[in-house]
Amino acid sequence: MTLSNMKFTLHIWRQESAKAEGRFETYMVDNVSSDCSFLEMLDILNEQLVNDAVAHPVCFDNDCREGICGMCGLYINGRPHGNDDGVTTCQLHMRRFHDGDEIWVEPWRAKAFPVIKDLVVDRSAFDKIIQAGGYISTTVGGVAEANSVPVAKHIADKAMDAAECIGCGACVAACKNASAMLFVGAKVSHLNMLPQGRLEALDRVRNMVVKMDELGFGGCTNTYACEAECPKQIKRQNIARLNRWWLASRLGRDRKE
Amino acid sequence: MTLDSKIPEGPLSEKWTRYKEQQKLVSPANKRKMDVIVVGTGLAGASAAATLGALGFNVDVFCIQDSPRRAHSIAAQGGINAAKNYQNDGDSVERLFRDTIKGGDYRAREANVYRLAEVSGNIIDLCVAQGVPFAREYGGQLANRSFGGAQVSRTFYARGQTGQQLLLGAYGALSREVARGSVRLHTRHEMMELVVVNDADGTPRARGIIVRDLVSGKLERYAAHAVVLATGGYGNVYYLSTNAMNSNVSAAWACHRKGALFANPCYVQIHPTCIPVHGDYQSKLTLMSESLRNDGRIWVPKDKAVAEALRKGEMNANDVAEEDRDYYLERRYPAYGNLVPRDVASRAAKERCDAGYGVGTTGQAVFLDFKDAIARLGRNVVEQRYGNLFQMYQKIVDEDPYEVPMMIYPAVHYTMGGLWVDYELQTTVKGLFAIGEANFSDHGANRLGASALMQGLADGYFVLPYTLQNYLADQIYSGKVDSGSAEFEEAERAVNERMQRLLDIGKAAEGEHGTVDSFHKRLGHIMWDYCGMARSREGLQEAQKLIADLEEEFWTKVRVPGGTDEMNPELDKALRLADYFELARLIVADALQREESCGGHFRVEHQTDGGETLRDDDNFMFVAAWEYEGHGNAEAMHKEALNFEHISIARRNYK
Repeated sequence: MTLSNMKFTLHIWRQESAKAEGRFETYMVDNVSSDCSFLEMLDILNEQLVNDAVAHPVCFDNDCREGICGMCGLYINGRPHGNDDGVTTCQLHMRRFHDGDEIWVEPWRAKAFPVIKDLVVDRSAFDKIIQAGGYISTTVGGVAEANSVPVAKHIADKAMDAAECIGCGACVAACKNASAMLFVGAKVSHLNMLPQGRLEALDRVRNMVVKMDELGFGGCTNTYACEAECPKQIKRQNIARLNRWWLASRLGRDRKE
Repeated sequence: MTLDSKIPEGPLSEKWTRYKEQQKLVSPANKRKMDVIVVGTGLAGASAAATLGALGFNVDVFCIQDSPRRAHSIAAQGGINAAKNYQNDGDSVERLFRDTIKGGDYRAREANVYRLAEVSGNIIDLCVAQGVPFAREYGGQLANRSFGGAQVSRTFYARGQTGQQLLLGAYGALSREVARGSVRLHTRHEMMELVVVNDADGTPRARGIIVRDLVSGKLERYAAHAVVLATGGYGNVYYLSTNAMNSNVSAAWACHRKGALFANPCYVQIHPTCIPVHGDYQSKLTLMSESLRNDGRIWVPKDKAVAEALRKGEMNANDVAEEDRDYYLERRYPAYGNLVPRDVASRAAKERCDAGYGVGTTGQAVFLDFKDAIARLGRNVVEQRYGNLFQMYQKIVDEDPYEVPMMIYPAVHYTMGGLWVDYELQTTVKGLFAIGEANFSDHGANRLGASALMQGLADGYFVLPYTLQNYLADQIYSGKVDSGSAEFEEAERAVNERMQRLLDIGKAAEGEHGTVDSFHKRLGHIMWDYCGMARSREGLQEAQKLIADLEEEFWTKVRVPGGTDEMNPELDKALRLADYFELARLIVADALQREESCGGHFRVEHQTDGGETLRDDDNFMFVAAWEYEGHGNAEAMHKEALNFEHISIARRNYK
């Protein structure tokens, strides 16, 4: 049943810049449809702020608004991407809230994700981890015919399960250690499981884990808050695989592994 | 101005091979000295930057998002075409070429399309090597599915996230080059201006760009020997589209203002399977992959009274008996059925809704039903094929598509028009190249499903790395480009002036004002109503007036808060919208001059008795390439004649 005039009290984290001190500011929005997405509700607030010229609009990252680009990510009432399972913030709808609710909106909080402004954080640390080894080295001119290496369906499916990660950083935000092990585990699993990725498997895991530690992400707490909050429902088995590959690389097992 | 498309001599199937054999190359030692700018990191930009970096060029790559992985290619769902003929169902390069030309309603350039079909197989080889987890059969071989406009299964896919997986492959390749130091990555940077510098002999050449750091707001200059534009399409001129919120035309438009011709702007693809509009607060429309038409059947009720009852919620779709359903695509197009090309499917949906058979609360929707597929294949199989799409639908609409049919309606999706490029993908400004959706070259008046990914990667991995060298080979004597020159100075000044002008309007305007989005929505309504799925002379003329008035209002009443030296999304949006107004006028002018219907461009005056598009090959078999003549002035049209030497021209028939 669609409601057309819901009302909310929003407590939103405002912070001018990385170095400025942040604080919560309170705003009211009304006439919100229950079919509205959370970000569309923030659009309504921003329209209101510009029209009334009382405060600058709230900055928040967003782009595709269909749950795949990984750009949006808000900490809503203490949960990354809010109180629905398996969705990003842009796919969270106001029908998940009650009319009159108070809602607390914060940026991701992690040492490796410093705040840029308001609800926008810097996630370039994820790019740096990928640059450390999150790829298979190929040359455009020198690859084999696509069907020359068969890949068992169940392997391809598992690789795809891991590859669905959108790099939004909810796993880091959910973890009390701000660990990136689910993100790294998913990429390592995706590539190391495929025959094409095997040659570089040990170097890959070593380089990515070292980079992850260097950038200030914490270790796994084994509480799996990451799995619970992941909008793409990436499984914690990826962390187990990461640990297994990491161990193999530490033991110096040869590359035929 | 005469447009030279530089199509190589020789038979169609040998043109690309001959070109590669005869083109100029740059030696490894010289490659290191050549600077290349790539703007955009979608499939085309990321693959081009990675490939150029691997070749040894010195590359600077820019994206507006916080990471290259977020470019909107990521949202492509259904798949990528390639003429592999793995299914042994009669596919070939020739057939993919013909399907693409026919799908584009004979308005694309033969040589470019043939080359695209030719390299399509290489793309799949490369992506598999990169670790793209394409769907597999139990024997370990790659799986395929069918897409609109084809009678073979040639579409490779990774569940409903093919674009994501291909982009992550290209992003991985790009990341590797960033780590190797051949590519420098600039995220949260938006291109504001193209810098054109005259040679010693007076030839104007693209030599750099002015970008804005979207975090600090500061302008920066980058100089190079060539600039590659891979900034996607302009569908957001309609406000509501399936594009991402930040997708925009401004980088391409900056090039247009500096002399790059803009081709076929009126060719806009309206995708038939999107979630219908439901409220004025809505910020975007969500696509439901075309792959759903493999198994889903599209219908509306046969009886208007039943449609009325459905709209009022007095009955639901499952109550409509089989014999009371009109599977109108299967009825009208028995040969292709639900898999007709997008433009045909979209118009057919509009026709039924306009005739009073539409469903949903607004009457602007048709059903996409999986009842038969679930009965035939089982829920499991349907879930495996389309699980993520069904989940997405359920989250947005709050209805379970396994139980009740989906409701869909056409929405603006892809733009076939774009910067005019020759066979080498070079625009009319020397040293400026355009690839992927940003150029106009391969899809004619309508793009077939699963061909955008193919084109983006073909351009970036397999075409541009060759053709760009042919240009750069002559630039090795020019030395390092100086970003301190008067041309850079002037370009930067122009950007500052434009930003300040926008900010000043809000300060000056007492009382009445509007937000950027409020103007954008109004522009979108004009475009959708008068220049959407059906266009008429009167409507387009009316749109011209409405756009001009709205543009004037925008420049006097828009309120943009904040300043230039900070993160300021309202200013970003205002700058983009200012360009959309100019683009909107050009789209309408192009639609007005094209007195025929073809592909996505449907002029109501030009249709067959059966309501199909009616081309005028005698008078309109050309590419319309427009030249910018200054703000507010009508643009000048140049024609590139399309010569079909290989294919025989026919009326498109999917019956």
